[in-house]
Order: sequence, then structure tokens, then C-alpha cells
Amino acid sequence: MAEMDTSSSGGGKKHQGTKSKKLSTRVDMTPMVDLGFLLITFFMLTTTMAKPKTMDLIMPKDTEDEKEQNKVKESTALTILLGKNNRVFYYEGLAQDPNASSDPEFFQATTFANKGGIRDVIIKKRDEVAQLRNAKGEPEDVVVIIKANDGATYKNFVDILDEMAINRIQRYATVDISEQDKQWIQQTVSANPGTGGAQ
Amino acid sequence: MPKVKMARKSTLIDMTAMCDVAFLLLTFFMLATKFKPDEPVTVVTPSSINTKLLPDSDIILLTVDAEGKVFFSMDGQPKRKKLIEDLNTQFKLGLDQQQMNNFVVGASVGTDLKDLKTYLSMKPDERKASGLEKGIPTDSANNELETWINYARTAQGGNPRLQYCIKADNETPYPKIDQIMQTFKDLKIQKLNLVTNLEAIPPGTAAAQAQDGPGSTEEH
Repeated sequence: MAEMDTSSSGGGKKHQGTKSKKLSTRVDMTPMVDLGFLLITFFMLTTTMAKPKTMDLIMPKDTEDEKEQNKVKESTALTILLGKNNRVFYYEGLAQDPNASSDPEFFQATTFANKGGIRDVIIKKRDEVAQLRNAKGEPEDVVVIIKANDGATYKNFVDILDEMAINRIQRYATVDISEQDKQWIQQTVSANPGTGGAQ
Repeated sequence: MPKVKMARKSTLIDMTAMCDVAFLLLTFFMLATKFKPDEPVTVVTPSSINTKLLPDSDIILLTVDAEGKVFFSMDGQPKRKKLIEDLNTQFKLGLDQQQMNNFVVGASVGTDLKDLKTYLSMKPDERKASGLEKGIPTDSANNELETWINYARTAQGGNPRLQYCIKADNETPYPKIDQIMQTFKDLKIQKLNLVTNLEAIPPGTAAAQAQDGPGSTEEH
């Protein structure tokens, strides 16, 4: 197929006397082209595919001033706790009342599963809160409070931030975990040991 | 009607030109590909749906491995040179030219400031074996990470495009990440970038529906 024709048309007849055979200078370049394109494809794919992505994280300023702090309403809040072994716990509201846990339905455990996991909880709460109206008659925004326990991993943290992006939750905050929350996690885990384990 | 005779054409194609183009492109891609610098630790980053690319330059990158060891790296050799010279003068590390040069051309470093001299005189493969690669201390009593970030920021000379990236492993314990974020917070740096891999947006969710619209999430 491919050729490099360097023979000149009239050149052959001069040397009719010699018996040496004229070798063709045509080289089949097809495999070389194949190889070339294979390498091109490889380099093209590796340069564009291996690019890591980044997730923006904007942290709030530490403020002592009471007026600057955002107050979260009990009715619009959803608190998510990250525990050991990829376990997720959640409750509605901020649990400022220590007796809140007397309701057995209050503190719930869930997982990062795509179906029936924390995502469904977030969506449910988001849609519930969207029905509420604030003083100006506008729909309320859900505020998600994220608290990571010591046993949580970085993956859990990124996953939960990703859930915020997936469900388009505009308002969320990471907060230090309280002793009360730790205690609740401990109770829930010991009540149904499984994959969990005490903190 | 006279019979039209089609001239028989050769099916041979001259592939020389095509070959030239192929190898030209090959050369271009080979030269344009930047090979990943040697990382002291392997880090498997978590996945997210974010599509924002990690910039190549103007970044300060903190690599955190599964055990929570922190490694520091920064792009730009002149800036790295300024950083190590500043650190050397300020903390009287007694580095010689060769050790400083090792830092300038090397990849990430992760050790105590007091061990930096010994650490930099070793070859990258010896560093791992020596056990000096303990990571930069981040605890509040001896927060050397703060020093590193502060000096790196100075070495960048108020670069407005400077970004702070954290590349941590899936298994990194959260308290370590919290310490690092607290360090940034203390330095009044609020905007961070977490390095992740791309994963597909789960179908049927709000993000999937709003994919065409402007998307930005903010923390309050």
C-alpha cells in the first residue's frame, strides 16, 4: 500500500549489461502508521482522562459576635452525624432539648447507599421544608448540619459534601460533634451491633 | 451509445504524508504530557460529581495519606527556592546548597523542620526507608503546617490565583482533616479545594436535573 518510489523511469535501461537484480525500495508503511496512531490515541487519552477534579470548600469565619452568627431554626434543620465504618446517623432539628431522644423515632441510622440511604432522607427533608413559609411568606431553605465523629474517614466527609451538591442543598455547615451526639451514636450502635462497633 | 471505458486506477495510496502527520502528533502529545511527579505516598482520592479541574500551577498542595501523614508541595522552582531559603534563614536549619537544591527540584516533603536537613540530604527512595517521613506535624502544640503554609504564601508573593488544595486518601481519619482545616482557618484562608475523582451524577437527583443551569454550592 504505502510506497516510497525512488526509482527513476529511464535509469534502469542504462545498466542492462549488469545482471544484478534491482531491489524495490518500496516499504510497506502500514504497520508503522498503525503504531503511530495507537500511540497517539494512548497519549491523547491519558492526558485528558487523568486530570483530577477539585471540590470547592468555603469555610466560614470564626466569629464571636452573636449578631453575625446565623441562627438556624429548629424546624428547618437536619443534623447528619458521620460515624465509624461508613455509618451515617441523622435526626431532624438541632436537638437542643436533651430529652428529644425519648422518642424512639428521633435518632436514626442509615447508610451512604444510593437507594434508601442518606440521600432519600435529605430529599425528603428538603421537600418538607420547602412547604414551610417564613415570615415574609417565602419558602424556607433546609439547613444541613454535618457533624463528623472521630471514627469517620475523609471519604465519608467528601461523600456527604457531595450529597449536598447532588441534592443542591444551598445551606450546610460542618460543626464539631457534641458529647450528646457521641452518646447517641454509642447507644444506637450498641442497640443494634452489626457492622458498627462502639466508638 | 459508445461504451465508456473506465481507466483502472491503482489502489495503492501513498501513506508517507499520513505517517508524517501521525508522528508529528505523536511527538506533540509526548512532549505536552507532563508526567506525574513522584509522590512519596499513594493516595486514592474519593469521588465527587464536581467537574472543576485541578489547576496545574499556582497551587499549594497538601497530600494526606491513609494514616494521616501530611506532605507539602508547591509548584514553581523559583518559588520553592525562595521558600526553602526563607525557612533556612528563619529557623537556622543549616541547609547547604545541595540540600536546598534537592528541595527545589524534588516533589513533596513531609517531615519535622528539625529533621529537614537529614531528610533533604537523602534520595527519595532512602527517605521512605529512613522512617523520617512522619508527615508535617499539625497538632496545636507544634503546628509546623501553619509555618509551611505561611512561608509558602510569602514565597508566592501575593499571587491572586494561588489556590490551596488538599489531596487526602479515602481512609484518612476525619480528625486529621479537621486539624488541617482548622490550621487554614487560623491563617484566615477560607477557600480550599479538595481533590477528588470524577463520578457520574446519580440520575433523577436535583443536580442531574439542573445540570445545564449554573451550579454552585456554598457553605454558610
